[in-house]
Amino acid sequence: MSDLYHVSSSPHVRSKDTTGRIMLYVVIALLPTSLFGIYNFGYRALILILVTIASCVASEWVYNKIVHKKQTISDMSAVVTGLLLALNLPPTLPWWEAVLGGVFAIIVVKCLFGGLGQNFMNPALGARCFLLIAFAADMTKFTDDMSQYLADGYTSATPLAVLRSGGAVNTMDMLIGRTGGTIGETSAIAILIGAIFLILMGVIDLRIPASYIVSFVVFMLLFSGHGFDGNYITAQLCGGGLMLGAFFMATDYVTSPITPRGQIIFGICCGILTGLFRCFGANAEGVSFAIILSNLLVPIIEKYTVPTAFGVVKEKKAKGEGK
Amino acid sequence: MNKNVERLYNGIIKENPTFVLMLGMCPTLAVTSSAVNGLGMGLSTTVVLVLSNMLISAFRKVIPDGVRMPAFIVIVASLVTMVQFIMQAYTPSLSDSLGVYIPLIVVNCIILGRAESYASKNPVIPSMFDGIGMGLGFTFGLTCIGLVRELVGAGQIFGFQVLSLSWFTPITIFVMAPGAFLVLACLVAVMNIVRGKMEAKGKPLAKPSGCLTGDCTGCGHAAVCGGKTQTETKTE
Repeated sequence: MSDLYHVSSSPHVRSKDTTGRIMLYVVIALLPTSLFGIYNFGYRALILILVTIASCVASEWVYNKIVHKKQTISDMSAVVTGLLLALNLPPTLPWWEAVLGGVFAIIVVKCLFGGLGQNFMNPALGARCFLLIAFAADMTKFTDDMSQYLADGYTSATPLAVLRSGGAVNTMDMLIGRTGGTIGETSAIAILIGAIFLILMGVIDLRIPASYIVSFVVFMLLFSGHGFDGNYITAQLCGGGLMLGAFFMATDYVTSPITPRGQIIFGICCGILTGLFRCFGANAEGVSFAIILSNLLVPIIEKYTVPTAFGVVKEKKAKGEGK
Repeated sequence: MNKNVERLYNGIIKENPTFVLMLGMCPTLAVTSSAVNGLGMGLSTTVVLVLSNMLISAFRKVIPDGVRMPAFIVIVASLVTMVQFIMQAYTPSLSDSLGVYIPLIVVNCIILGRAESYASKNPVIPSMFDGIGMGLGFTFGLTCIGLVRELVGAGQIFGFQVLSLSWFTPITIFVMAPGAFLVLACLVAVMNIVRGKMEAKGKPLAKPSGCLTGDCTGCGHAAVCGGKTQTETKTE
């Protein structure tokens, strides 16, 4: 009987979720996208993915070694960062630039700010933007002579670039992913499969992706100059990193708000900024910059969306009652 | 150690304005996209700093305490105008690439800082050496940052292509604004390691002084604050 009367301090309800487990789910959810990327762009995509992951894990190991911190590579977060970064790179990128991106993501964006949980922006996206500025030509080169690598690889201008120059795109191809682009962004279906898996496993919830996508669609309807053109909106949704960003990057626990209302505001910020960049910016794509900028707003969003605890009466009201 | 040599050492190593005092960050970040720019900016600041330190030190007994800031600014501004004209005449390309940062030397915190904390209380010759030391320290800092940024960002050193573009892809972010922050942070970290090693060897570098320790000797504001330490003033 005495076994029933354990005396312990709270919390009394425990979950089996650990960082490593959640990160593993994210890796599994990213598998369809990665596999499709490899199928689409050939072995170069596979090499790029492996190299980036290796560079991320190695930089975290080396950093922890140098500063005499506890090794944290077993929590898999470096693997996720590396995989996400690789999925955000064009398949033609030289491998050493990808390595540099991995080092930047882990050391500068994550470890220098105190490791996982302390980084103020998404490491993968931070590194992507670093590479985008550092190697602008390589990072936007989606057309390349592929015949020397693979017979049926896809290299063409990204659908968004075609749309921007006024051309027409095949939305069915974009849905399946048979277009040019970064390794992981082309197939909307593969991303959605992973996203549904994450939602079912309870790793992410719909607040951020839904408010992101809805606000983006509303913005594009209002300001893109194409009106209610279903084809155009679908192409904008499936094109570029929007899907990957909305489900896998904007939902990053560390860099998104923890308050429910804040998450919706955060999603709307991402959506509006993405729309702004795509409609009025210099580039065809703007998802990574939009998410990074919104990451920086998170502390402010959280500050103003703290929910009132159960039973707490707002001060103003309390005064009125007192009189 | 000779007082003048001590001033030089102080400016270049002990209280290096770029890496230790973190003063003059605006030109440090903005003009160091190449080593030549860094060197030019550093040297022109050095000239102004040496002359302003000497002038302010020479006039320190005539300048009334209440209007010392305007007086300092007038002296510094006249010197900067002279330097600017000279640079426009003899080094027009450097003057073009430094642009607005030459006139901005007027409000450089190193110059006003040295005027306020050293030149206005010390004789002319030590003040001159203080200016030379601080100026060279600033030049050293800017040139280092410029060297690294130019090398990584363009593969050049002082304008000469040392890394062949046939195999080297310039990491252009380093000649742009973000690169300045990255390189500055790395160099400060390196400098801190060096200083840490020097301290371990028993060379005392920057002893804590001033408000934090309650040491009011050598501070001109003891009359204003009444000798209270910083924490005491805060709690009031």
